[in-house]
Amino acid sequence: MTVVERREIALVDLLDRLLAGGVVITGDVTLRIADVDLVRIDLNALISSVNRNVPSPFGD
Amino acid sequence: MTGLRYVYAVCRPFDAALQSQLTGVAGDPPRLLAYGDLVAVVSHVPEADFGEEALRTHLEDLDWLTATARAHQQVVDALTAVTTPLPLRLATVFRDDSGVRLMLEERAAAFRRTLDRLDGRVEWGVKVFVETERTERAGAGAEPSAAPDRPAPRPVSGRDYLRQRRRQSRADDDLWSRAEEFATGLHAELSGRADDARLHAPQNPRLSGAAGRNVLNAAYLVRRDASEEFVERVDRTKDDAPGIRVELTGPWAAYSFAGEETGAGAADGKKAGDGKKAGEES
Repeated sequence: MTVVERREIALVDLLDRLLAGGVVITGDVTLRIADVDLVRIDLNALISSVNRNVPSPFGD
Repeated sequence: MTGLRYVYAVCRPFDAALQSQLTGVAGDPPRLLAYGDLVAVVSHVPEADFGEEALRTHLEDLDWLTATARAHQQVVDALTAVTTPLPLRLATVFRDDSGVRLMLEERAAAFRRTLDRLDGRVEWGVKVFVETERTERAGAGAEPSAAPDRPAPRPVSGRDYLRQRRRQSRADDDLWSRAEEFATGLHAELSGRADDARLHAPQNPRLSGAAGRNVLNAAYLVRRDASEEFVERVDRTKDDAPGIRVELTGPWAAYSFAGEETGAGAADGKKAGDGKKAGEES
């Protein structure tokens, strides 16, 4: 087994925290987008855009 | 500059200056907006990009989301160097300064409680991956049959084929149960050294690009002065188990512990390794 410490923060690790963590402000806040359902949709969209833009390293 | 107000975090007032070249999500340097004994860290963002409609669209644009998330993190990271910030969810936007002040006023008691709970603590991320050839292929989104990229012995008969599959599947099951045991043990051990713990959903390998399947994706809230020891403990797992990989990230601001309802039992509902089938292709 190896323990890896990455210098550059991976986007997924960032999104785990920025889209699933952090204080969620509700109430009469004017705009708040990132509720859980929407985030799930966003991630699905992301996955498809990742697959479009990044060819699979295992393809062919 | 007019426009909307993007709020990164709420803090106690602090004396240290933020890095002078720090820019926020739309290139505007973050500033401090005080209300009583609380400070919101705010920058101005254009309504054209951060109004509800625009934001909805932007959030599905990977490049935009990446840039915004990194800018958000950069500000929170700079705050973490000088204080213990309470980070807000990405893209928390208000109309104007008085909207931000009103929010601080209404939630002041809860903010103070949470800031006290997090004070002097950081978050560490620990992920455990199982490295099997099959998960790597599935992880890339390729059909196993579409990418015969390594010379597996070709079965000569149906019986051979089934035997081969059974053998492979037994080896996988064995690795899985070892990985699950390992992840559960590690999580228990690390939780014991942390003030709080959270389990995130296992990461989708198609999004992370990481090899292997993610069986543990946990966050631990650890005192700064106990962090060195915590990191050393994770580092010592190095020689424990073949076929299993551990990744450490951090220190983070306490994103995963920013919610109100925390407690020792928070992570109990979900067993480490529960998500092992997540993202499975077939």
